[in-house]
Amino acid sequence: MKHLLCIVLLCSSLLWGCERQPPAPIEEDAGGQSAAYGDTLLMGSIGEPSNLLPVLASDSASFDINALVYNGLVRYDKNLQVEGDLARSWDISPDSLRITFHLRQDVRWHDGHPLTAEDVLFTYRLLVDPAVPTAYAERYRQVVKAEAPDAYTFRVSYARPLASALVSWMFPVHPKHLLEGRDVTKSPLARAPVGTGPYRFVEWKSGEKVVLEANPDYFEGRPNIRRVVYRIIPDPSTMFLELRSGGLDLMDLTPLQYARQTDTVAFRRRFEKFHYPDFAYTYLGFNLRRPLFQDVRVRRALAHAVNKQELVDGVLLGLGVAATGPYKPGSWPHNPQVRRYAYDPVKARQMLEEAGWHDRDGDGVREKDGQRFSFTIVTNQGNDQRIKAGEIIQRRFREVGVEVKLRVIEWASFLKEFINPGNFDATILGWTITPDPDSYNIWHSSKTGVGELNFIGFESAEVDTLLEAGRRTLDQDRRKEIYGRFQEILAEEQPYIFLYVPETLPVVARRFHGIEPAPSGIMHNFIHWYVPREQQKYQR
Amino acid sequence: MLVQIAKRLIMMVPLLLGITLISFVVIHLAPGEPTDLQTQLNPEVSAELRQRLRAQYDLDQPLLVQYGKWLGRLARLDFGESFVQDRRPVAEKIAERLPVTLMINVLSIGLILLIAVPLGVLSAVRRNSLFDRFTTVFVFLGFATPSFWLALLLMDFFGVRLGLFPVAGLKSLGHEYLSTGHQIADVLHHLILPVFVSAFGGLAGFSRYMRGNMLEVIRQDYILTARAKGLSERVVVYRHALRNALLPVITILGLSIPGLIGGSVIFETIFAIPGMGKMFYDGVMMRDYPLIMGVLVIGAVLTLSGNLLADLAYAMADPRIRRR
Repeated sequence: MKHLLCIVLLCSSLLWGCERQPPAPIEEDAGGQSAAYGDTLLMGSIGEPSNLLPVLASDSASFDINALVYNGLVRYDKNLQVEGDLARSWDISPDSLRITFHLRQDVRWHDGHPLTAEDVLFTYRLLVDPAVPTAYAERYRQVVKAEAPDAYTFRVSYARPLASALVSWMFPVHPKHLLEGRDVTKSPLARAPVGTGPYRFVEWKSGEKVVLEANPDYFEGRPNIRRVVYRIIPDPSTMFLELRSGGLDLMDLTPLQYARQTDTVAFRRRFEKFHYPDFAYTYLGFNLRRPLFQDVRVRRALAHAVNKQELVDGVLLGLGVAATGPYKPGSWPHNPQVRRYAYDPVKARQMLEEAGWHDRDGDGVREKDGQRFSFTIVTNQGNDQRIKAGEIIQRRFREVGVEVKLRVIEWASFLKEFINPGNFDATILGWTITPDPDSYNIWHSSKTGVGELNFIGFESAEVDTLLEAGRRTLDQDRRKEIYGRFQEILAEEQPYIFLYVPETLPVVARRFHGIEPAPSGIMHNFIHWYVPREQQKYQR
Repeated sequence: MLVQIAKRLIMMVPLLLGITLISFVVIHLAPGEPTDLQTQLNPEVSAELRQRLRAQYDLDQPLLVQYGKWLGRLARLDFGESFVQDRRPVAEKIAERLPVTLMINVLSIGLILLIAVPLGVLSAVRRNSLFDRFTTVFVFLGFATPSFWLALLLMDFFGVRLGLFPVAGLKSLGHEYLSTGHQIADVLHHLILPVFVSAFGGLAGFSRYMRGNMLEVIRQDYILTARAKGLSERVVVYRHALRNALLPVITILGLSIPGLIGGSVIFETIFAIPGMGKMFYDGVMMRDYPLIMGVLVIGAVLTLSGNLLADLAYAMADPRIRRR
C-alpha cells in the first residue's frame, strides 16, 4: 500500500544543462570474466501490476515493469543528476520558460516504428486530456504551449518558471501510432505494452508472472540479460522461501531477513546483499489544530522524549538512520545544520513542566486546566514498522507523563475517516523522498483543506514564501539556501517528529555480475548486468 | 417434482435481488473509493481531477442510480468492467481465475472425502478404541493448526531443504516448452502441497461429522435387524449403515459449493496461486465495486443452486422426502 503513494511522487529534480554521456559498456568485471548474453533474471513482486500503460498506472509493480519497457525524454543517472534518455540534449531559454528537447534519431518502437517528436507531443496531449483518467495531469497543465517543430525536436513553454519542469519529462513516452484516436482505457497496450526501452514485453499471466525479453535493437545496445521474469508472490515469507529454493534471483529483504536470516555462509555463497538509504522517511505528525499540540514547547519536549536511535535499532534492526528533516541525508537539499533533539527524558519532563503540564494527582499522567495529557496515535494497518515504532514511542512518552493510545486502521478507512477530515491527534506515516526538494503540497498553508496533504494543519508565513520561491527558482545553489532555511524552521517548530530513513535491502543471486551500487540504487545499469556463460542457469 | 423445481427457481430471483441490493449498499458504505488509490496522498492530484475521475466511474451519482445501472447491465449478463486501472471486463477476470480455484478445491474436497469417510466410519465402529483416540487427537491437531503456519513449515522442509516440491506458484519456469503430459505432471507437482494443506484443515470437521452420523445410524433398529439376520459385520457397516450415514453429507457438499469458488485467501496468497480468493480480497481492498459485485453474484447464485441441488439429491436418495 505504502508503495502506491511512492510512485506518484516519483520524479522531481532539476539539474540541467548536462549533455548525456553514454555510459561505458562493462566488458569485464573485477573477476576478469567477460560479459555474455543470455540467462534469465527472476524478480519477486508482492503485487500484481494493474496496468502497463504508464499514463493510467499508479502502482509500484506496474511502474517497475514499465521502467524497463519505456523511456522518458530524460532520466536520473546513477548519481541522481538529470541526463538525457530519448533526448540527446536540451536547451532551456534564459528566462527559464521554455525547454527545447533534441531527440535521438536512432530510436524505434518495439514494433519497428521510428520514434519522433510527434510521439512526445501525443504523450503530452494524452496527459492533459480530460477524458483520460490519469493521476499525472497536474504538472503538465502548467504547460502553455507544446509543439514539435520538426520530427526530432520537441518544445514546451511555461507561463512561469517551474523548477520541476525538466524532470517532469521523465514520464514514459507513449506510441502515437498505436494509441491515437482510440479509447486509451480500452487499449490492448494496457496488457501488452509497446515501448522503446531495453526490454520488450512477451507475456503477462494474471496473478502469476510478467515476462520481458531483451530488445536487440535498443539504442544503447542489447541488454546482456536475455529475459526478465516478474513473479507475483503476494506473501513476503513465501517470497523469501522461493529465493532460498532458487525460484527467485532478486528481491528486497526485510530488516529481519537481512540481519538475522541471511547471515549464513550458505546464503552468502549464493547471494549478494546490498543496502543503501531508501527514498522514504517515517514521521510522527501532530494535528496542530488540536489545542494539545499548539504549544511549540510541548512539541519540542515530545521530540526530546523520542529516542530515534532506539527506533532505528529496534524497528529497523539498525538498518537505517535517524531523520532530522524531509530530505535524504547526504543529498544536496539536505541541511545537516538544523536544531536536533537528543533523547533526554529529564529535559523533556522539565520542558513539559515549563509549559504548564504537571502531574498533580500522582497517576503518572500530566494535567493542565483539568485536561489530561492523553492522546491517540493512529497509523495504517499493514506496516509493521510503523506499528512497532508507535509502541516504542508510546512507552517513552509514558515515561515523561504523557499517555498515548495506539490505533491501527485499514488503509482506506484510515484516510477517509481520520487523515482527510483531520480527525486525529497524531499519526505515524511516511513520505517518499523525491530527488527534487519541492514540498509545496505537503507544507504550504494553502494545502490544509479536506483531503489535501498538509493534513496536520501546519501554517507558517515564512515557509509559504520559501516554498513558493523554491518551486519557481531553477538555480540549485539558490534552492539549496531556500530549502536549507525551510528545514531549519521545521526543526524549530517540530510539526513532525522526523523519525527515521530506512534502508533498501536488495539481494541478488551471485551469478549476476556488473552490479554497481550508487546513490540511485542498483538498477541504474541493469542493461550491463550479465552472467558469465558457464554460470548461466536458464538456456531459454 | 418439476413444478417444485420451477417454483424454487422463480423464488430465487427476488432472493438474489435482495442479496445484491444489500451487498451493493454495504460495499458502498465502507469508507474509501476505487479512485482513492490513485488520488489519495498524491501531491499531483487536484480536487478537480479527483472529481473528474469519480465522474468517470459514475461515483458522483446517487447510490440508487448506480445500483440501477449495475442491475441493468446484469440483466444483460454483463458484469461490467473492473474499476481498478486495468478496466478489464469482470467476467473475463473471473473466468481466468475460477478454474484454478475450482480445481484446487475439488481436489481437496476429494481428498477430504477419501480420507475422512473411512476415518469417521472406522472410529465410529471402533469407538473408544486406541485407533479412535489416536484419530481424535490427530484430526484435532489438524483443526487447530493454522494453515498458513503449516504451509510455511512444509514449504521450508519439502521445498527449500529437501527440494522435493516447488515452493510456490502453479507452473515451473519454461512450463510452455514441456509436452502436454509433462505439463500436467508439472501442475500436479505444484498442487501437492497446497491441496494437502487445504485438505488437512478440513479433515477434522468432516471425519468428526462422519463419525457422529455413523454412531447415530448404528444405534438404529434396522441395524439391529440386519445384525439379527446374521449378516456379516462388513455388510452391516458398509451396505446398511454407511449409505444412511452418508445422506447428511450431501447437504454439506451442497453447501460447500460457494466455498469452492470463494477459495481460500490464505493459502492462495501463501502459495502464490492465482485464484479467486486472492483476487476477491484484492478487489475488496481496492474497492473495486464491479469485481466485488460480480464475485458476490456468482457466489450467491452458486449458494442458492447448491442448496437446490442438495435438496434434489436428498430427495433422490431418500424416498421419504420425495413423497412429501
